[in-house]
Amino acid sequence: MDLFFDIIFEGISIGSVLLIAALGLAIVFGLMGVINLAHGELIMVGSYSTFVTQLLFKQPFLKPFYGSYIIVSIFIAFIFSACVGILLERLIIRKLYGNPLETLLATWGVSLLLQQFVRGVPLAVGPGIIITFISGISIKNLLKDKFLNFAYKKYIDLSIWAFSVTLGILSTNFIASNISRLSRADSRNVDVTAPKWMRGPIDIFGETYPKTRLWIIFITLISVVAVLIFLNLSEWGLRIRAVTQNRSMSECLGLSSKKVDTLTFAIGSGLAGVAGVAVSLLGSVGPNVGQNYIVPCFMVVVLGGVGNLLGTVLASFGIGIMTDLIGAGRLMTIWPNMPESLANIVNFFATTSMARVMIFTLIIIFLQFKPSGLFPQKGRMVES
Amino acid sequence: MGISRRILAGLATATLAVSVTSCGGGSKSTLSYDDEITVGILHSLSGTMAISEKTLVDTEIMAIEEINAAGGVVVDGKSYEIKYKVEDGASNWPLFAEKSSQMIDAGYPVIFGGWTSASRKAMLPVYEEKDGFLYYPIQYEGRECSPNIMYTGATPNQQSEPATEFMFKSSPAAGKPFFLVGSDYVFPRTSNTITKEQLKTLGGEVVGEDYLPLGNTEVAPIITKIKKALPDGGVIINTLNGDQNVAFFKQIQDVGITPENGYYVMSYSIAEEEISTIGPEFLEGHYGAWNYMMSIDTPASKTFAENFKERWGSDRVVADPQESAYNMVYLWKKAVEKAGTFDDEAVRAALIGVTFDAPQGPIEVMPNHHISQTVRIGEINADGGFTILDDFTSDGPVIPQTWNQFYPEDIGYGCDWSEGGGGRKYKM
Repeated sequence: MDLFFDIIFEGISIGSVLLIAALGLAIVFGLMGVINLAHGELIMVGSYSTFVTQLLFKQPFLKPFYGSYIIVSIFIAFIFSACVGILLERLIIRKLYGNPLETLLATWGVSLLLQQFVRGVPLAVGPGIIITFISGISIKNLLKDKFLNFAYKKYIDLSIWAFSVTLGILSTNFIASNISRLSRADSRNVDVTAPKWMRGPIDIFGETYPKTRLWIIFITLISVVAVLIFLNLSEWGLRIRAVTQNRSMSECLGLSSKKVDTLTFAIGSGLAGVAGVAVSLLGSVGPNVGQNYIVPCFMVVVLGGVGNLLGTVLASFGIGIMTDLIGAGRLMTIWPNMPESLANIVNFFATTSMARVMIFTLIIIFLQFKPSGLFPQKGRMVES
Repeated sequence: MGISRRILAGLATATLAVSVTSCGGGSKSTLSYDDEITVGILHSLSGTMAISEKTLVDTEIMAIEEINAAGGVVVDGKSYEIKYKVEDGASNWPLFAEKSSQMIDAGYPVIFGGWTSASRKAMLPVYEEKDGFLYYPIQYEGRECSPNIMYTGATPNQQSEPATEFMFKSSPAAGKPFFLVGSDYVFPRTSNTITKEQLKTLGGEVVGEDYLPLGNTEVAPIITKIKKALPDGGVIINTLNGDQNVAFFKQIQDVGITPENGYYVMSYSIAEEEISTIGPEFLEGHYGAWNYMMSIDTPASKTFAENFKERWGSDRVVADPQESAYNMVYLWKKAVEKAGTFDDEAVRAALIGVTFDAPQGPIEVMPNHHISQTVRIGEINADGGFTILDDFTSDGPVIPQTWNQFYPEDIGYGCDWSEGGGGRKYKM
């Protein structure tokens, strides 16, 4: 029985990392059909935001609250990645809807761009750009009603952006002058360290579990529930589902599909940011961190069935449990007396490298029989 | 339009300035020389390896500047100022071979370069075919001996063998079983084969072995295996690469695989630079083995570290690979002066037997184109450095074995490039 719980726990903890990383992609790829190769770099943006938040909380005025930085960083990472996502959607992807190949190439280009950005530009510039962007958009939205028909609209627009850019430059300067590590470009990997209360093992019913893994499972759970509630119970969720199912009909009924697209993309990107926080707790944060996750993310979404969140959840936990069963050599423990010929095969695959090969093989075989994944999209979709 | 053209012009000037500074040799002194000689430096300045290899370029430039400041290379009574040309291998192994070929054709008498075994394996045929000469500064798996390459890093018997013996006989986990973890490529697999054979001889037990594919940072299955294979503590030999170390050390601490619980990790790829990126709080109490450690308490070592900080910034550290890179420039200089010419064949013959008082202590070039060096074991401390365990420092320099005497196919073989020697691989 212990063994059973061990396998379930290990499987879920591997799976939850896959799930949180793939959740945003499941929305962007699943609901909008956009192949976003920059998804990994949105995760990277989330990881770097965690790093920046961590350094901010080491400053004298925030030092007493250092232990809670990781919770704050979840929100900051969500906002940062969402902003990058909005920019990406507005500037590039919007023009390419319906051209999957061009989208694929363009987003791949963006992923290289973002990697080089964190390598070659001082990190303090990042928050500056985001602050400029947020302030510009929000001031414009606040003033909109009063000044919409004003004759000098152009100049007001210009001055709003001038103000926002100044604000951005000031905050970049403020961060750079207070935290020397953010003031110069550094292509080395950076260190995110979980606060003391999140590190080490914890005893539950006589079994020890790693605290960070438990936290990641918790964050994943909250994110999945939040996404489900948002999509199924909120008004904007209804609009997103409507546009997904029949774009032209929704437009005829007065829905702004442009706004819905931007919102969907922002949420997907923001979730990638949250994944970035989780990932930074486990390993190192560097320009390449997103590259490690992009292929497994697509694998999970395709296996689960494009456009189905439940499928994504089951697929990631399935892959997690399989990884543990094969890669950690559990099969031998479960069935110690297996015939020697079979045992040799099992042992051959019981290494991390071979387990990965085995899992990919199993997925390919599975997709031969169910090409649309675990839960194929049903219903009257316009595109299908 | 006008503005963007001006920006472009500015950018062009800036790039020009950068390329000029990177090509020009660093001669700040007012010394006068009779002539000059240009050497080649070939490392990755871009791509994934740039972070590591840039530190070697910095060290090599420092060594060249030191030699110039002391009067340059003196050949036949004439003093030569050393100039250098830095080329970018861009973390791209075929490009290393291509650039080497161009540099040999351009007539550089010697090239300093490389980091990964993959880049060296790509360059080797070029140097042998065109008869060029390469100095390679990194500790590696051995099993190679080229007449056209001088290896200044450690061979397994100068790093992993003494480390394994220490872990098995004298560490706090002495006598306990071993688990071997590594990244999935040639160095960890070869190194672990040697470790397994050595433990057979010592009477130790290997209870497991696993390799993480490059680019994969999911270490959970490996940790599960370690917990199962070593329930009461033991020794973990770690040959993971780069980022994977961070994931590994963060997560083993989470499940209680720590020195307090009787688990000791011996790593072969973690030096001072890596300790600071992983974080000493995850590494404290674990071990490393190197020829040079920044904490060596001798005037030579301290001067080396201080000069480096003064030249490149006070937050910089020096580590074993840099010391090797530093040594190789000096070894080349001494060989040239001994030969009395820059002619490659004469320099190569003169190279064997050259000695140098390196920051780690005295070193000597052996007939197999490797160097004899001192081996040290260090315990990682809270300050991010090594506490050197003096009792286990080798008694003087250790003779390098390029064909390892534990590796089944190599037992009994040696390599000798001296006049009348047995060549690449001969039965001793």
